[in-house]
Amino acid sequence: MKLDSKIPEGPLAEKWSKHKFNVKLVNPANKRKYDIIVVGTGLAGASAAASFGELGYNVKAFCFQDSPRRAHSIAAQGGINAAKNYQNDGDSIFRLFYDTVKGGDYRSREGNVYRLAEVSVNIIDQCVAQGVPFAREYGGLLANRSFGGAQVSRTFYARGQTGQQLLLGAYSALSRQISNGKVKMYTRSEMLDLVMVDGKARGIVTRNLVTGEIESHSAHAVVLATGGYGNVFYLSTNAMGSNVTAAWRAHKKGALFANPCYTQIHPTCIPVSGDHQSKLTLMSESLRNDGRVWVPKDKADSEKIRKGELKPTDLPEDKRDYYLERRYPSFGNLVPRDVASRNAKYVCDEGRGVSKTGLAVFLDFADAIKRDGRDAIEGKYGNLFDMYQQITGDNPYETPMKIYPAVHYTMGGLWVDYNLMTNVEGLYAIGEANFSDHGANRLGASALMQGLADGYFVIPYTIGDYLAKMPYDKVSTDHAAFKEAEAKVKETNSKLLSIKGKRTVDEFHKALGHIMWEYCGMSRNEEGLKKAKTEIQKLRKEFWEDVNVLGANEELNQSLEKANRVADFLELGELMVDDALNRSESCGGHFREESQTEEGEAKRKDDEFSYVAAWEYKGPEAPEVLHKEDLVFENVKLTQRSYK
Amino acid sequence: MKITLKVWRQKNAQDKGGFKTYQLDDVSPDMSFLEMFDVLNEQLLKKGEDPVHFDHDCREGICGTCSMYINGKPHGPKQTTTCQLHMRSFSDGDTIVVEPWRAQAFPVVKDLVVNRSSFDRVIQAGGYVSVNTGGVPDANEIPIPKKIADEAFDAATCIGCGACVAACKNASAMLFVSAKVSQLALLPQGQVERKTRVEKMVSQMDEEGFGACSNTGACSAECPKEISLENIARLNREYLSAKSSSDNV
Amino acid sequence: MSSTLGKKLLMALTGLFLVIFLVVHLSGNLQLLLNDEGRAFNVYAKFMTTNPLIKTTSFILYAAFIVHIIWAIILTVNNKKARPVGYAKTSASTNSTWSSRNMGILGTIIFIFLVIHLKNFWYVMHWGPIDMVKYEGQEYRDLYATVDMAFSQLWYVVLYVVAMLGLMFHLYHGFSSAFQTLGLNHVKYNPVIKFVGVAFAIIVPAMFAAIPVIIYFKNF
Repeated sequence: MKLDSKIPEGPLAEKWSKHKFNVKLVNPANKRKYDIIVVGTGLAGASAAASFGELGYNVKAFCFQDSPRRAHSIAAQGGINAAKNYQNDGDSIFRLFYDTVKGGDYRSREGNVYRLAEVSVNIIDQCVAQGVPFAREYGGLLANRSFGGAQVSRTFYARGQTGQQLLLGAYSALSRQISNGKVKMYTRSEMLDLVMVDGKARGIVTRNLVTGEIESHSAHAVVLATGGYGNVFYLSTNAMGSNVTAAWRAHKKGALFANPCYTQIHPTCIPVSGDHQSKLTLMSESLRNDGRVWVPKDKADSEKIRKGELKPTDLPEDKRDYYLERRYPSFGNLVPRDVASRNAKYVCDEGRGVSKTGLAVFLDFADAIKRDGRDAIEGKYGNLFDMYQQITGDNPYETPMKIYPAVHYTMGGLWVDYNLMTNVEGLYAIGEANFSDHGANRLGASALMQGLADGYFVIPYTIGDYLAKMPYDKVSTDHAAFKEAEAKVKETNSKLLSIKGKRTVDEFHKALGHIMWEYCGMSRNEEGLKKAKTEIQKLRKEFWEDVNVLGANEELNQSLEKANRVADFLELGELMVDDALNRSESCGGHFREESQTEEGEAKRKDDEFSYVAAWEYKGPEAPEVLHKEDLVFENVKLTQRSYK
Repeated sequence: MKITLKVWRQKNAQDKGGFKTYQLDDVSPDMSFLEMFDVLNEQLLKKGEDPVHFDHDCREGICGTCSMYINGKPHGPKQTTTCQLHMRSFSDGDTIVVEPWRAQAFPVVKDLVVNRSSFDRVIQAGGYVSVNTGGVPDANEIPIPKKIADEAFDAATCIGCGACVAACKNASAMLFVSAKVSQLALLPQGQVERKTRVEKMVSQMDEEGFGACSNTGACSAECPKEISLENIARLNREYLSAKSSSDNV
Repeated sequence: MSSTLGKKLLMALTGLFLVIFLVVHLSGNLQLLLNDEGRAFNVYAKFMTTNPLIKTTSFILYAAFIVHIIWAIILTVNNKKARPVGYAKTSASTNSTWSSRNMGILGTIIFIFLVIHLKNFWYVMHWGPIDMVKYEGQEYRDLYATVDMAFSQLWYVVLYVVAMLGLMFHLYHGFSSAFQTLGLNHVKYNPVIKFVGVAFAIIVPAMFAAIPVIIYFKNF
């Protein structure tokens, strides 16, 4: 299979404008003859569905939550980047583009990223027009902050709830189209299969989560905006319901899955407190601006702290190891996410971790409080400190915070071309569900930008190009392809319900998460990955023999929902391992121990791995086939990152 | 910790439902309330009993999915969401009564899961600014005084969980509706549709079967995002001014 | 006016009107305590029942009472319908005041009192058999004597005091609540409204209640 990214010819800055002119248009009067399915109602899905509705298409939107407003985009805290240069500090579209490509460790497509930076400015305009209450200066203009180590202040924010405000903006636009009758909303509905007719995506099969009914929906195009797959690790900052099922089932119908091994691990999360833990909570990265990261120099001291025999505040300065400041004198505590995360893992692996589980490091504000006063620190981080205290019961003003890295975002996803169409005709993937813009690592405040860019400003143009070439006629849901897909979904559900084994779905999910975190987490090596592969295969086999799913299909059945999702994670996990094995270089969020510099830093191998790894499903238990899309860099020079 | 749970079990919307009592012997104070329910459900599954169904998703207090009326209060004893409530807020040996949220407009789906789509319909009635994608002015062409932006933000932090309805003795949705009306009434972007918006949203609110506001203040006292009662006053004001001057007869 | 907000608005407007009425009524009642054998009170009572302007106003007052009561019943019924299945356990005392949750009960107490009160005085004054007195050649209905007699009965005094307690709690919530319903909420004036409301809720019913108590002990 030849992967054609369809990047338009011509100078970088003109690609998108030229492309917009070259795409075919659908006559306004004919738009109502086309149906589009949008799965997922987060930033990407809600903005796309609303925009399609405004253009005049008939839209059916689906979400598994009880309301489109609940999608996990809502939890994003920090902000959204845009190359507005409102602060007159030298930002530009090219700089945002450059930072994003560099931040992604040169594993993303120049054309896509440039377009992202280009439309970023429109997003802010759009959101403000919707009534999103961004932070403002006293003069009434928009406020910005610098985020994630960026050299310019280009991040727009709404206190620590930017994701919430942006999602509610998109949700309001979606609600408007629902009330106009242009979007039909299906809540508590989960996509369980993609339906293809004549090689084109023509619909989906869903399960109504309340009644259990298996329903078919036909359309001229299907857009997946189903988010990331971080929950393959069981513990992550994702919502409990976040899953890969829609994307994975599309993958099994032929859509390529790109760069699955690229996962972002966020360094500042609240550590695991015990086996009961169900999810990890992110603490804003901004904490590292003032907090100092340390562990005891001596293992024995760590042990005492773990047992509660020694209070961290009683440990003298000379017995503390501020390891980030020591190893990276110029960036110190502000090294990028992956570096901070990996170093936390190293010191904990050495047995110097703190907290009962031994998997935590200190983030200490004592110096900052001494320097700026408690009020100043409270003003900056008060709500975060409160949240921390609520969850852990510790008071971070008095004792250092404990943090540990957690899975946060997945850069990989369904392979898409410049039009955001997968290799399956008529099937699109937008937002975190696709792989396209972040390369091997995502910059802070760029996820919201990409989701909304795809939904508001990219796919409304590109989908028209495809639809304009399509005949109007609709496929009936009585078509054999729908019936076949329905039958398969029903069969899987009854299979899951009939196993009646001994282990619960959560037990399998936890076991899988453990394997993934251990061998395919912050630091990976060949031996571990090979071991993980066998273990996942074994676990998957056990799952289909010994899982216990109670109840029936014809009711609200949360165990059955979970079972379907975990079944897919068990397959995805293996592909992630395969991809990580294949990519024997270190880049961005993917660190292969075999590929590091003498100082222990990540080392890319541009000659060998400057490509997108897109995997093709070949049937159950058959190895997936790798397709490569070469990455060409004409506008940026590839350099190794250094934070010394 | 040992905890006794009295949980509302109801198979489906038609079922009458009733309380069932469960014992949990090994509850860690570090668990969140929902994690305690995870533990309970694992136990029930092992015994071959149907797990307790409850709504939850982000588990970080922002999506508004989790509900539960705990010991007579929505989201339990702390003014936060159930997912952010931790077991250290309870004592060893406590009996905790957990019920679904009760309102005509929030029918029970199963166990502790209720249907809050009435909230979506209230927003669909007018909780938006009617702008299409594209063709909008530059973001900085609409200066907004910081104070107004902050006030609008405070109203906009509503997570739509429905605790206000659950807490109100009349199952009134005034706090929810007023938060959205306030946000858009305060901002310049919302002025064009200011009057029709409040009329439509209130009329939809009534149609959904929510009760009237008695100004008890329970909603705001229980709101995990501390939405202020001032918004309700603003809603009253907006409604009065809209009704007295709009063309809709 | 058909919306819940419209209904509440009527409740607030009629409520505030009744608050004004309370002041007028109280100022009249206080004349009962003058040491003039009821002359001032009886003159006032005649004025209140014969002056055409007052008479017109009184019809507005009757309407306000009726609307306040009927709309309260409609709202209460609707509010009950909004929660068909109640909670097994509640702890409402942690999030709201008792009076705010029991305006219906308080209103009912006041209503019962009102019926007896109207029958005893208002009806008697207008149509009932009543003694006449003459001041400077003019005939007056001696309402003072009727009141004096009623207030010599312990059960009536107790009823009166209980009703005023009910009124006190009703006003404690109702006064500021009416402002909230009218949309009059402002950081600067909220404390004023709250203070005036609480002061009014305590002082006015207390003064009302003091009158029968004083008269009862005077005649004891």
